[in-house]
Amino acid sequence: MAAKSKDEILHDHNHDGVDRRGFLKCMAWAGTGALCVMQGGVLKSYSLSKLSDLDQSAVAAGELSFVQISDSHMGFNKPANPDVAGTLKAAVDKVNALEKAPEFLLHTGDISHLSKPEEFDTVDQILKATRKEVFFVPGEHDVLNDDGAQFHERYGKGSKGSGWYSFDKKGVHFVGLVNVMNLKAGGLGTLGHDQLEWLEDDVKHLKSSTPIVVFAHIPLWSVYPEWGWGTEDSAQALAYLKKFGSVTVLNGHIHQTMQKVEGNVTFHTAASTAFPQPQPGKADSPGPMKVPAEQLRSILGITGVNYIRGQHALAVVDSSLA
Amino acid sequence: MRRRVWSLVLAAPLVMATSLLATNARTFSARAEQTQASSAEVKIDNFSFGPSTLSVAVGTTVTWTNRDDIPHTVVSDDKVFKSKVLDTDEKFSFTFTKPGTYPYFCSVHPKMTGKVVVQ
Repeated sequence: MAAKSKDEILHDHNHDGVDRRGFLKCMAWAGTGALCVMQGGVLKSYSLSKLSDLDQSAVAAGELSFVQISDSHMGFNKPANPDVAGTLKAAVDKVNALEKAPEFLLHTGDISHLSKPEEFDTVDQILKATRKEVFFVPGEHDVLNDDGAQFHERYGKGSKGSGWYSFDKKGVHFVGLVNVMNLKAGGLGTLGHDQLEWLEDDVKHLKSSTPIVVFAHIPLWSVYPEWGWGTEDSAQALAYLKKFGSVTVLNGHIHQTMQKVEGNVTFHTAASTAFPQPQPGKADSPGPMKVPAEQLRSILGITGVNYIRGQHALAVVDSSLA
Repeated sequence: MRRRVWSLVLAAPLVMATSLLATNARTFSARAEQTQASSAEVKIDNFSFGPSTLSVAVGTTVTWTNRDDIPHTVVSDDKVFKSKVLDTDEKFSFTFTKPGTYPYFCSVHPKMTGKVVVQ
């Protein structure tokens, strides 16, 4: 792939068992994706150069597969990507090309760039081509100027508070959280007391064997607090999920894929469909990263997630738009 | 909020006319000098406010300009002022009429903070 030289994959595998509280971290950078299969708390990760290298039989064997897309930033028109509608369409083509159609899509926020109605309209129109249900959580760009009123009107029907909700699909419990509201000076993303209380109540009746997928815009782990890439009170949220054997956390916001496993929890951030952002601390600011036009699509992408019942496994696959 | 700056400029001839009619020209020239001196700029670059601490005299109008490719806001911690979202090259102005320290931040990227000290 064109962007191969930019790829950097750091693996630190701990294959020594479920009880190990140690820390496993793998980052998959520009151009490649990673297939991650979690089994009993141990994560196996394979690098992928493209989707076609993936063993599709694993996906076919799954009980449930879905796709995460993120950070469409419709309305962005700066040099880092003057055609964000085009790259979102490319993401939709990728989804439609999957051998096994996903059950649904998750969009982890920053649907729009400036919260303009026409930006949301364009995204809705493009996503229609998937003919799939799409579940949304807001990014900070979706709640500008109106404290999220428009987002709530469009995507938050039936949700609680500022837009959090949960649903079940084929035995997997999905929780959509909102951590982009009421941000405080100097702080990070925030869930807030009301949402945390709701979460505690939402999961307490579930069996500990229920696989949990939590999705929110800003990472629920501390990726790089200096750039605001973390959530103040995420530890409390994760504490409510301790009893579960399999927890997968899907986020966006940082416009690059990154994974981490801590105990029973696998954290994963998705690529943007619009423009890349620099690696933590590798630039003066987290602003849009300009790459040669021919490389752009190789570092934008979508994420497919596959759940295999009885195997306690969620496979997370990133694929680029190239 | 560019309008605020403009209204000040547009108001000047009006003030002049009123001053000339009502009193004498000296009053106006003193006022004009004060207007001249009492504006200041904060630039938003690379997800930061520059200067991050700005000291100004009472009556100063401060104008923030977003020079990033990403939208930002200028929001007072104490809710004294609050801009709409500023896209690239958009501006927000606020006139400080009371002495004090005014901490502010970007509500989209709250790690971005600054303050205006009014003396």
